[in-house]
Amino acid sequence: MKKIILLNIFYFSFCTVTVKSAEKGGMPQLDPEFWVSQIFWLTITFGTLFLVLSKFILPRISKNLEQRRLQILENIETAEKQREQSEKNLKEFDEIILKSKNKAKEVMLAAREKVVSEITKKKMKLDEDLLSEIQNVEKEIIELKLSSPKKINSIASNITNEVIKRLIGTDVNESSVSALVEQELKKLSRSTNGI
Amino acid sequence: MAANPMYQFNVYRIGPEIKIGEIDLSFTNASLFMVISSLAILIIFNLGAQKKNIIPDKIQLLSELSYTFVSKMISDTAGTKAKPYFSFIFSLFMFVLFCNMFGMIPYSFTVTSHIIVTFVLAAFIFIGVTIIGFIKHGFGYLKLFVPSGVPAVLLPLIVVIEIISYLSRPISLSVRLFANMMAGHTMMKVFGGFVVSLGIVGGWLPLSFSVALTGLEILVAFLQAYVFAILTCIYLNDALNLHH
Repeated sequence: MKKIILLNIFYFSFCTVTVKSAEKGGMPQLDPEFWVSQIFWLTITFGTLFLVLSKFILPRISKNLEQRRLQILENIETAEKQREQSEKNLKEFDEIILKSKNKAKEVMLAAREKVVSEITKKKMKLDEDLLSEIQNVEKEIIELKLSSPKKINSIASNITNEVIKRLIGTDVNESSVSALVEQELKKLSRSTNGI
Repeated sequence: MAANPMYQFNVYRIGPEIKIGEIDLSFTNASLFMVISSLAILIIFNLGAQKKNIIPDKIQLLSELSYTFVSKMISDTAGTKAKPYFSFIFSLFMFVLFCNMFGMIPYSFTVTSHIIVTFVLAAFIFIGVTIIGFIKHGFGYLKLFVPSGVPAVLLPLIVVIEIISYLSRPISLSVRLFANMMAGHTMMKVFGGFVVSLGIVGGWLPLSFSVALTGLEILVAFLQAYVFAILTCIYLNDALNLHH
C-alpha cells in the first residue's frame, strides 16, 4: 500500500506539471464511459480463454506430461530389468569360469599324480635292480675273498716248489713246503697288520 | 497528445458503435488488446499442446513449463484440494501476464492498467471464493473471522478487523495490479517526454533511465501477474482449508 501511495504522489506531482495543457485532465480509468463495454469484452474474452484452455488445451498438456512420466517410469523399469539380467549373466559367467578353473586344477593334479606314481614305480624297480646287482657283486667279491688265500697259498707253494727245484734240483715234499709257505704268509700278514 | 502521460490510458471506440438499449458495448482498443492477449495465449498453448514428443521442443517446453509452474504454485499455496480450480488460475495468470506484457509494447494499450478490468477480475475471484467457502463449510466458514487463541476482550475488535480485511480483499487485489501498471507506464511516458524535451544534449540521462525502467517494468509485469495469481491461490486456500 505504501508503494502505491508513493507512486500516486509521484504521478500526481507530474500530472500537475504536464497535464495542464491536456484537454481532458485526470485519469481516463475513472471515466465510466466505456466501463460496461470493458466488462462486457473482458467477460467474453476471458470466458472464451478459460473455456478453451480448460476444455481443450490444458487436458492435452496434462496428458502429455502424464504420458512422458509413464514413459520414463517404463524406461526405468526396463533398464532395471536389463541390469538385473546382466547381473545374472555376469554371475553365471563367473560360475562357469570358477568351475572350469576347478576342473583344470583337478586335471592337472591327476596328471601330476599319475606322473609321480609312474616315476616312483620306475625308481623303485630301478632301485631293486640295483640292489640285486650290488648283492650279486658283493657275493662274488666275498667268494673271491674267501677263495683267494687258498689260491694264493697253492700258487705260492707251487712257486716255492719250482724255485726250490731250480735251486736244489731235487723235489721237496710238497706238504712241508706248503706248511712253510703258510707259516711265512701268516707272519707276513701279521707284520702288515702290525703296521 | 504526446505531452500527456495519461493519454496512453484513453479508451476509444474501434469500428461502429454497438448499443443494446442504453448500454454501450462498443469494441474499443481495450477490447482489441483483450482479444489479442487471449488469442496469443490460445495459439501458443495450442501449438504447445499439439506436439507429443517425449523430448519437447521449444514451444512444447514453454507450455509444459508454464503448466508445471502454475500447478506447483497452486499445490504449494492451496494444497491438493485446489486442483479443480487449476484451469481458472492458469487462465487468470496467463491472461494478466499477457495483458501486462502486451502493454509493454510501445503504442499498445495495457488492459490491466484500468481499474475496472482488474476490479471485475478481483470481484469475481472474491465472490467465487466466498461461495466456495460457504459451500465447503456452510456457516462454519464464518469462523474465518474468529481467529483461535485470541483473548475474549479483544475478540469483538479482531472480528471487525478481520471482516474489514476480508471485504477489502478485492479492492487491494485490483488496486495493486492497476496501480502498478499505471504508475509504471506513466513513469516511462514521463521519462520519454523528458528525452524529447531535453533534446540531444541532456536527453541521454532520461533515455538511460527509460531503458532501465523498461527492464524493471517487464519484471513488474511478470511479478504482478504472479502476485495476482498467488493471492488468488491464498484466498482459495482460506476457503478450502479452513484453519485459523
